[in-house]
Amino acid sequence: MDEKTTDPAEIVIIGAGPGGYAAAFLAADLGLDVTLIDPNKNPGGVCLYRGCIPSKALLNASRLIREADAAGEMGIAFTKPKIDIHKLRSWKNGVVTKLTDGLGRLGNQRKIDYIRGKAKFKGNHILDVHTVENGTRELSFQHAVIATGSQSAELSGVDHGSPYILDSEAALELEDIPKKLLIVGGGYIGLELGTVYASLGSKITLVEITSGLLPGVDRDLVRVLRKPLDRLFETIALNTSVQDLKILKNGIKATLKGLDAEATQKRFDKVLVAVGRRPDTKDLGLEVAGISVNSKGIIKVDSQCRTTADNIFAIGDVAGEPMLAHKASHQGRVAVEVIAGRKSAFEPIAIPAVVFTDPEIAWAGLTEARAKEMGIEFQTVRFPWAASGRAMTIGRTDGLTKLLLEKQTERVIGVGIVGPHAGEMIAEGVLAIEMAANTTDLKLTVHPHPTLTETVQEAAELFSGTATHYFSPNKAGHRNP
Amino acid sequence: MILDVSIPNIGENVESGTVVSIMVSIGDRVVKDDGIIEFETDKALVEIPAPAAGTVVEILVREGDELHIGDTIVRLEAEDHAVDTSAGKKDAEAEEKDAETEEEDAKASDDQPSPPDKMKTETSEEKERHGSRSQDQALGKKERAPSFPESEDRKLPVAAAPSIRRQARELGIDIRRVQGSGPGGRITTKDVNAYVKNRLSASHQNRPAFSEMSSQIELPDFSRWGQVERSDLSTVRRITAESMSLSWRTIPHVTQFDQADISHVEEWLHTVRKDTAQTEGKLTITAVLVKVVAEALKKFHSFNVSLDMGKQQIIRKHYIHIGVAVDTQRGLLVPVIRDVDKKSIMDIAGEINDLSERARKKRITPDEMDGGTFTISNQGGIGGLNFTPIIYWPQAAILGVSRAAVKPLYLDGEWRPRTMLPLSLSYDHRLNDGAGAARFLGWICRALEYPLAMQ
Repeated sequence: MDEKTTDPAEIVIIGAGPGGYAAAFLAADLGLDVTLIDPNKNPGGVCLYRGCIPSKALLNASRLIREADAAGEMGIAFTKPKIDIHKLRSWKNGVVTKLTDGLGRLGNQRKIDYIRGKAKFKGNHILDVHTVENGTRELSFQHAVIATGSQSAELSGVDHGSPYILDSEAALELEDIPKKLLIVGGGYIGLELGTVYASLGSKITLVEITSGLLPGVDRDLVRVLRKPLDRLFETIALNTSVQDLKILKNGIKATLKGLDAEATQKRFDKVLVAVGRRPDTKDLGLEVAGISVNSKGIIKVDSQCRTTADNIFAIGDVAGEPMLAHKASHQGRVAVEVIAGRKSAFEPIAIPAVVFTDPEIAWAGLTEARAKEMGIEFQTVRFPWAASGRAMTIGRTDGLTKLLLEKQTERVIGVGIVGPHAGEMIAEGVLAIEMAANTTDLKLTVHPHPTLTETVQEAAELFSGTATHYFSPNKAGHRNP
Repeated sequence: MILDVSIPNIGENVESGTVVSIMVSIGDRVVKDDGIIEFETDKALVEIPAPAAGTVVEILVREGDELHIGDTIVRLEAEDHAVDTSAGKKDAEAEEKDAETEEEDAKASDDQPSPPDKMKTETSEEKERHGSRSQDQALGKKERAPSFPESEDRKLPVAAAPSIRRQARELGIDIRRVQGSGPGGRITTKDVNAYVKNRLSASHQNRPAFSEMSSQIELPDFSRWGQVERSDLSTVRRITAESMSLSWRTIPHVTQFDQADISHVEEWLHTVRKDTAQTEGKLTITAVLVKVVAEALKKFHSFNVSLDMGKQQIIRKHYIHIGVAVDTQRGLLVPVIRDVDKKSIMDIAGEINDLSERARKKRITPDEMDGGTFTISNQGGIGGLNFTPIIYWPQAAILGVSRAAVKPLYLDGEWRPRTMLPLSLSYDHRLNDGAGAARFLGWICRALEYPLAMQ
């Protein structure tokens, strides 16, 4: 045998985000030889380094500021907080480092071969790794999993190289607190980062090209969020597009145009562009390996996350919407199980989504809009948090728990929650949907008192006509409890 | 005006399929009936045609997508306003019809209906319909719109916990076919097990069970003897393979040979062809055979039946629908001509032309190939002396036709040149005996010799 020939790696995972590392760890636990390729020092990907984790750290810090301010109502007054942005930044970075170092150790313990670099296919069993030390090495493999994730979408005609124009990654670096910040895009990234910067003192102008914030989310949930956002942000302009961003010496001159309105010009210190994310599938040499992508660069996969090349799988953002970390991890585990010879498939009924604004919005399963579009006969029950004792004690009655129930079976087909901790609460909704629970199941499940989770139970009770803490004259007595 | 083009109803019990190829690009101009996509169902490969002329402005599907009836495939900027808006209506009706059929199926297959089950079926029809449909459509489609997977499906997802879905998957079962016994039709482990048990004990007339059986027989490793190459069965090849295996395995075949003197028929065909020129389409011996066989089936009922061994019954059909085998690039297709006993030879010839033309162009729907009571396979155009055709289950017989040849025949004390047509009749010996088959085929031969004797 030729001396240079080494055995092909059993499984190569390209990208060590929440999808890639979950896949790598499981593969190692199943006894496979795993090679994990990623340019970062440790596993973590966008989520840990430049996404979910740093943004949630900063959101938590900003929540403290707002809560301290609101404590005045309880008779507790603080002086205006002094913000040491350097310390805040290094605290946030510390959180990231602790988590990613931990992942690095977990990988080492599993004897995963971690290569810092970027991979490019040369065929369907061979790829090149361009390592961060500027070397190139060739690697042959039996199976590969593509998990390279996504990056911020850019606005055409905008100089994204300018230090005044930020994407979410740059915004999370927290270089400074701009006095006037323009946010382009009313999706979850724009709203979350807007919440952070507004709490730290920036005056926010947010523009959204469609007629509402968080497109795709049920309006009744968004409505509850809108009030506090109106207080927090200086301006929210819907149906408004950015016509031009002109880079000045010390900021940006933005030309904004609303529907049926004259274009106006305004100066901002910085602009955050948060208009969505696109899959990172360029420069991977996919064509060479026989892997098809669609026009948006999303890799075509089957229900087992298999691409058009039989031995290569794709998971997470590169495999399409929803681009969420927990979907990626789940797909990563599916792909690895399939590679290990198990009859696995990616077939969740509900993938929860959480927007970490204040209040948070979380939903799972069908939205009302989608259920209508599908022609499903359903009924909606809404339990307002004004009737929740727990909401009262935390001074936050700005919430709503909503259940979508299929009419014939009274089965839970969708759950939507807006309110503080909605993100923690949605898990019960996901379980209910996956288990095909019906209203009776939710009603007869004892929920702890006093907690916000009782609103789920009470919403189910409301459907039957009587909820302990909410009197609905139209319903009481009309149905058997 | 923007027109949504969706998957029309393409056959009874066909609810979904896969996009094999997309035949248009954005900006393409199409005229009515131009193919838009090739769509493969478990029954056939069909082209979905444009309902009107227009320009393709948006393509919403990709190759490999699994779609259901009613799903939008492309958007057209229609050229005129006289668009066939009945498409939508037809779909709705078809769905209604499907639901009814499903119900009938459910009832029919319910061998031992326990009283509560029965009551449930009767009192909550709507519920049942909804349930079964949602089960049929729960899985399937992959991401298309940038929204969440649960919203990709047209109907409700299947009512089963993730662990149950995994169990079914590992057992190789389509969970959507399992009837749930829990509240709201929730599927339990017991339901899955019961389904497996039922399926194992189901008769081997069951098609899927059959294909599984034959696939269990292990093949030798051919590469030991030289280079080999594997390719997937095409839809038509697969269906033919399954259907022929089923027929071969279940039907005790006997083939009866005979030959018919078609000299008079040939003369007549010649004259008619001259008279009618091209206007009536091509008049062939096949059209005559279809008509003659129809008349024969009217007299010999036992060749227009199906056998129900389970119920120990013979099902006689009071209609005569004859399938005509067509050789296409995709393989063998058998379009069916309905109520041939009530049609003229000219009409039959026209229909054969139309159906075989569309079969070759992939414009034929599965419905048009369903419901035959008898089949004719004419290889005369290709050649050969005789062959033993395989009956198309659940029919009772098939007529094979070979190439006619001029042969000397001793008639009225002298040798005469006559055009002789070799015929082979394969029949199910469970339903008919040799004597009956000889009489049936003999009658066909005489009718071809003396057409007036048919009356």
